Amino acid sequence: MSDHEYTPSSKFGKWFNDRLPLLTLANHLTDYPTPKNLNYWWTFGGILTFCLITQIVTGLVLAMHYIAHADMAFSSVEHIMRDVNYGWLLRYVHANGASMFFLAVYIHIFRSLFYGSYKSPREIIWILGIIIYLLMMAAAFMGYVLPWGQMSFWGATVITNLFSAIPLVGESITTWLWGGYSVDNPTLTRFFTLHYLIPFLILGLVVLHIWALHVPGNNNPVGIDIKKPSKDTVPFHPYIVIKDAFALLMFCIVFALFVFYQPNILGHADNYIEADPLVTPAHIVPEWYLLPFYAILRSVPDKLMGVVAMLSAILILAALPWLDTSKVRSAVFRPLFRQFYWILVADVLILGYVGAMPAEGLYLLIARVATAYYFAHFLIILPVLGWKEKTTPLPLSITEPVLGGSPNLAAARNDEKIEKTIK
Amino acid sequence: MSKLKNILFVLIFSIIVLNSSNSAEKSPPFLETKWTFKGLFGKFDRASLQRGYQVYTEVCASCHSMKYLSYRNLAEKGGPEFSEAEAKAIAASFEVTDGPDSTGEMFVRPAKLSDKFVMPYANEQEAKAANGGAYPPDMSVLVKARKGGADYIYSLLLGYSEPPEGVELDDGVYYNKYMYGNKIKMPAPLSDDLIEYTDGTKATAEQMSKDVTNFLMWSAEPHLEQRHKTGFRVIAYLIILTVLVYFTMKKIWSRVESKV
Repeated sequence: MSDHEYTPSSKFGKWFNDRLPLLTLANHLTDYPTPKNLNYWWTFGGILTFCLITQIVTGLVLAMHYIAHADMAFSSVEHIMRDVNYGWLLRYVHANGASMFFLAVYIHIFRSLFYGSYKSPREIIWILGIIIYLLMMAAAFMGYVLPWGQMSFWGATVITNLFSAIPLVGESITTWLWGGYSVDNPTLTRFFTLHYLIPFLILGLVVLHIWALHVPGNNNPVGIDIKKPSKDTVPFHPYIVIKDAFALLMFCIVFALFVFYQPNILGHADNYIEADPLVTPAHIVPEWYLLPFYAILRSVPDKLMGVVAMLSAILILAALPWLDTSKVRSAVFRPLFRQFYWILVADVLILGYVGAMPAEGLYLLIARVATAYYFAHFLIILPVLGWKEKTTPLPLSITEPVLGGSPNLAAARNDEKIEKTIK
Repeated sequence: MSKLKNILFVLIFSIIVLNSSNSAEKSPPFLETKWTFKGLFGKFDRASLQRGYQVYTEVCASCHSMKYLSYRNLAEKGGPEFSEAEAKAIAASFEVTDGPDSTGEMFVRPAKLSDKFVMPYANEQEAKAANGGAYPPDMSVLVKARKGGADYIYSLLLGYSEPPEGVELDDGVYYNKYMYGNKIKMPAPLSDDLIEYTDGTKATAEQMSKDVTNFLMWSAEPHLEQRHKTGFRVIAYLIILTVLVYFTMKKIWSRVESKV
């Protein structure tokens, strides 16, 4: 992968490196040529790695005190909050950490959508990312079940019931998932086991994600291929390391504000009521990060089709590199796409909003329109846009975002706009 | 242009997050009162917590349990901070069943600091039977289990009134404008001079509501003071570190012709 052969300076280093080339790997990671025009939207990869590690470490300690049993889970969480040293901190970091993780992953995904990072030659990185995202949702959902509050229980009931929509075998699959005839202790223990397992699967996929990234190298705001290493790139260390560290610290300040001053604002009050199979909460709502998909699920009148729509909404992303037919990566040079991009962002936010509202009347109507638009964006707008759109001229390199000396005034104006947008 | 959009994005996002957390049901705006535990340095009002405990134990505790609290909590830092002797005396005024002893018999003894708060009913069924079929919820985390938190509890305690025209109430059901559906099975629990405060404070309904809500907030978040204190330090540390890293970054990036 590295562009030059690396030889450790010390004798022992050479001996070791010949047997296990860890030093070559370290050298590659240090020297890794990175486009120097990456903006702060590119720092979320590092932030996400931090989030994953934080979740694993806090989760590990929480698991030492948590009891996965229907009769004891709720009180063991209260035990953590009250009697475990810094248990409140661990739990609030873990619970808010999940929200922060999703906040970061959504920014990461939408950054990719804006700058066309999913396009050739980065399709595998993108698809790995979608799988990671799916696993994150599974882990977050099962994690939310563990405190065994009312939302845990009823959220689990609603979501696992979705499988019963599958024709013929649906009911049996649901019973099999539950380990009984309703969400109960066997469900809780298997969710705990899987919740513990998935983060390590994610960790493995993250390694592949980064490995796949290091083959073609980073995309960049201009979206053009660059020569590496060249004057368009900087070595990863110290340039990107320090910039990622700065962005991560800013992120941590926001994180800390939630943990220390509004630790429960992203959760639901009902989850501080112990699970009761006989009392259904007035509104069963998933965590905020799942709301857009919940809205899509409920916008379809048929249960099975609703589940299909919800899954398709995620899986359609995997086909994105082929649905987007435009050769130009960055939205900076795609004036029409840029408009549609922001409409999509608004559309997803609207879906999230109606997902939190009761599925009736105007909300349901909005959800249906927004769902239809979501699919239209990927299935109609993007393919057509690739053929029809007149993109603005691409620069030759990052250091010269000016076109090869064109005296033409229109092009110059374009450049100004480009520069502004890049900033 | 794109900066504007970013700001717009953040705005929409925060509106949605805030909205989704307190929309759905509409109830009248909560009664306003000043809580000392809110804000960057929010702390509990110690005297109010102690009075709040008195309201709990003399009024609420006849129906509501607090099963996650122990008597030792009453003497712990950041809480009502009764002295250890006081907490021991409080514990000793309750009786718990312990055992079996060496002969295999259960026995009754005065409670100790390590015992959990004694529950008013043996089980949920007994609690329901004694309260017209409604289960008085455990109060340990009640503030966190209700939308609106402390403001809601405070308003609810003072929200009783005669039902408006046309609202029919069954026996044992009361009208409360802050309750979900406005119907509540708990009769108005607090009235002026219902109890006599040991510290001489006048026991108005407002005073008792505020004190007991304070106490319930503490019982739901016993480490709130430590959380605020640690939080301030953590954030101050992070800000200083961020500034230092910012200048380091500027310095490092000054070697290349590119902006960060």
